[in-house]
Amino acid sequence: MSKYRICPDTGLYFDRSGEGLMKANAVAGAVALLVGGILALLVGLTRWPAIHYLGASDFYMVLTAHGINALIFWLIFFEIAILYFASSTLLRCRLATPRWAWAGFALMLIGAVMTNVAIFQGNSSVMMTSYAPMEAAPHFYLGMILFAVGALIGCFVFLGTLVIAKEEKTYHGSIPLVTFGALTACIIAVFTIASGAIILIPSFLWSVGLIGQIDALMYRVIWWGMGHSSQQLNVAAQVSVWYAVAAIVFGAKPMSEKVSRTAFLLYIFFLQLASAHHILADPGVSSTWKIFNTSYAMYLAVLASMIHGLTVPGSMEVAQRKKGFTNGLFEWLRKAPWGNPVFSGIFLSIITFGFLGGITGVVMGTEQINLIIHNTFYVPGHFHATVVLGTTLTFMALTYFLIPVLFRREIIMPGLAKWQPYLFAGGMTILAIFMMGAGTLGVPRRHWDVGFAQAAEMGLKFEFPGSAEMMLGLVGIGSVIAVIGGALYLVITVGSLLFGKKLEESAGLMQSFGFATLAPSCYTSEKIEPVKGPAADLEEHGSAGFEAPGTFILAMLLLVTFVVYYFINWKYLSSVWPMG
Amino acid sequence: MSAILPPSELIWWKTPIGKEEIIWIVLALTWCMIMFAMMPIWHIYGKQNLSNEAYKTTPVQYEAKVTAMVEQHTIRTQSVGGVNVPVVAPPAGSDVYMLGRLWSWYPMLEFKKGESYRLHLSSLDWQHGFSLQPININLQVVPEYEMVITITPDTSGEFTIVCNEYCGILHHTMLGKIYVTE
Amino acid sequence: MSEEKEERVPAMQRLLDNHFLLLFIGVTMPTVFYILWGVMEIVSIPIAK
Repeated sequence: MSKYRICPDTGLYFDRSGEGLMKANAVAGAVALLVGGILALLVGLTRWPAIHYLGASDFYMVLTAHGINALIFWLIFFEIAILYFASSTLLRCRLATPRWAWAGFALMLIGAVMTNVAIFQGNSSVMMTSYAPMEAAPHFYLGMILFAVGALIGCFVFLGTLVIAKEEKTYHGSIPLVTFGALTACIIAVFTIASGAIILIPSFLWSVGLIGQIDALMYRVIWWGMGHSSQQLNVAAQVSVWYAVAAIVFGAKPMSEKVSRTAFLLYIFFLQLASAHHILADPGVSSTWKIFNTSYAMYLAVLASMIHGLTVPGSMEVAQRKKGFTNGLFEWLRKAPWGNPVFSGIFLSIITFGFLGGITGVVMGTEQINLIIHNTFYVPGHFHATVVLGTTLTFMALTYFLIPVLFRREIIMPGLAKWQPYLFAGGMTILAIFMMGAGTLGVPRRHWDVGFAQAAEMGLKFEFPGSAEMMLGLVGIGSVIAVIGGALYLVITVGSLLFGKKLEESAGLMQSFGFATLAPSCYTSEKIEPVKGPAADLEEHGSAGFEAPGTFILAMLLLVTFVVYYFINWKYLSSVWPMG
Repeated sequence: MSAILPPSELIWWKTPIGKEEIIWIVLALTWCMIMFAMMPIWHIYGKQNLSNEAYKTTPVQYEAKVTAMVEQHTIRTQSVGGVNVPVVAPPAGSDVYMLGRLWSWYPMLEFKKGESYRLHLSSLDWQHGFSLQPININLQVVPEYEMVITITPDTSGEFTIVCNEYCGILHHTMLGKIYVTE
Repeated sequence: MSEEKEERVPAMQRLLDNHFLLLFIGVTMPTVFYILWGVMEIVSIPIAK
């Protein structure tokens, strides 16, 4: 048996040992998503005031498990699969030390199971953040540590594969842009895991009684070095996948290697500083530290995200215009393959991540504006727009590509698959918007009863405005729709793996979506043509000297929304009690 | 030539950049600088800032300060679940101590509208979230650390402190009160 | 091809191709500016009287 399998549809090379690891990690991720998704429904139904499904102690336990499974385990398993794909497959190189990679996978699996066991035993309802001095069971921390060590091994396997590819000269010149984005994610992951080790190992020792005390403020700062960076690594991975899908679906080439790679470089330099977003309302840490870190050193990582936000759809537009969709500003977009979930998932992700997740993240990460947002329901509203609409939706879309290409199965129920991204994104958008709305009215996050019935019995009365209750109801509805969308994803993908037609020989994998263009030429590195630079195509395909005028208009719309929303929040801040 | 292949040119750094990318980078960078400047500007001209004043303390030491204030300035009590909680009206401009613990804010405070108070916050046990409603000011309350902010209530009425940092099984019952009189 | 090889690779491109240097920078930056600076801030908080 050859060491490589060449995908007949795409020409992609799969190292056989790497292939198994990609599959295992992706499947483990999907299992974590299944658990996280079931728990999401329980959380959603409990925060829906009219239903208020779970009791308090179950709610806090379920919320802890939902956060850890959906935010950490699902995404990091899937990201390890992406790292292996971006290194071994895209560089056509054998994966470094597959045995170590399997050992890492086993550690991650054991860790994930252990932490889940700890939570469901009931003594570790400490939320994902497990803020000291609130204590969880020792195996809660131990599971997290094992998971992190396993993920770190995965990062080193990725880096080792880059070294092998370079030494064995499997590629010429620089690594592909997508691999570079994966490298960015890997670098952020290394810092994430190092921070995690610094804080979780002492926490474990503390929980078994070997250390007397953990400083609560120290814990917060270092824990968020892990907690926030792990979401930044999602951003880097998700943007890499955006570039990959633009190439796969449209045969798009990056508008400029220089610009896109520099944007990733800004991520490497600055993105992780934003862990400070969580410390803005804390005592004792100076405003200088807060302003420098919360702004990613003068918002240079925000600049990077804004660049990706232009260049990813921009490269799609350029590719579409070359195919002849040149009428007006938006023919390229109208005639995009909206029935192909690989594309629609990614495009919905780009739009919602930018307009909902990105803008709100920067606004709430402003030192003073954070005072009216810290720990309110606005916070989970924001990160459901970034992590779920951004990363989870992106990974879902990528799965529809991986099932035929990596797992060699035909996707079952293609008609439903067409609708899945819209359903999921729609529900999640409703959820995110109304969570943020309720948060603006002061509704707290991680709270079982914002009606305060028990407090009222004791004689302490407080009610949020009626509009808050209405918004919480809409959050509940959004969560149910999103969970149905998520369940559909799991049914389709798992169903395809089990019952989908096996694809052995070449088969037109995307035809089932009524979309045939897989741009096969984009996979063949032999046919390299010298590029004369963007100027070569300007007159022909774009307008007014712009290669991608439609995207530029969309980007301007984002900027205007951003500016308006940013100053609305300053205005709101200026209305609260003066303090200093 | 695509994002999933190595760049077709060995030297791609010198490839010219498209017009919209350059314009967008300039606009975005300008906006980033404006946002960055807003924070120091608000420290100078804005009225809502977090002070940098904080102290390392202990639960015992902090509770003693709260008790001393309560003994001196209690004006009445309010019954909560059968327990009489003091309502304290400290003089304007003075140091006011409030603590969070499982699962209450103590004591209740009464302020005069338009006056300033040096409000101290700390926790006796776990972390809590000071969320003043319906004003919507939110601060993190961390054990062993005493945060000091100068606060100037400019509206009168009854205000509630919701705990918005998860603090265990009765977290959702943890409320406190601040009254502001004309 | 050979002509291009003779041309010197620009410094920025060499930086972007130097994966382990990037790893070093990417870990050092937040460690210094976020963690170490942050820990120093916490350690230097005065003790309450």
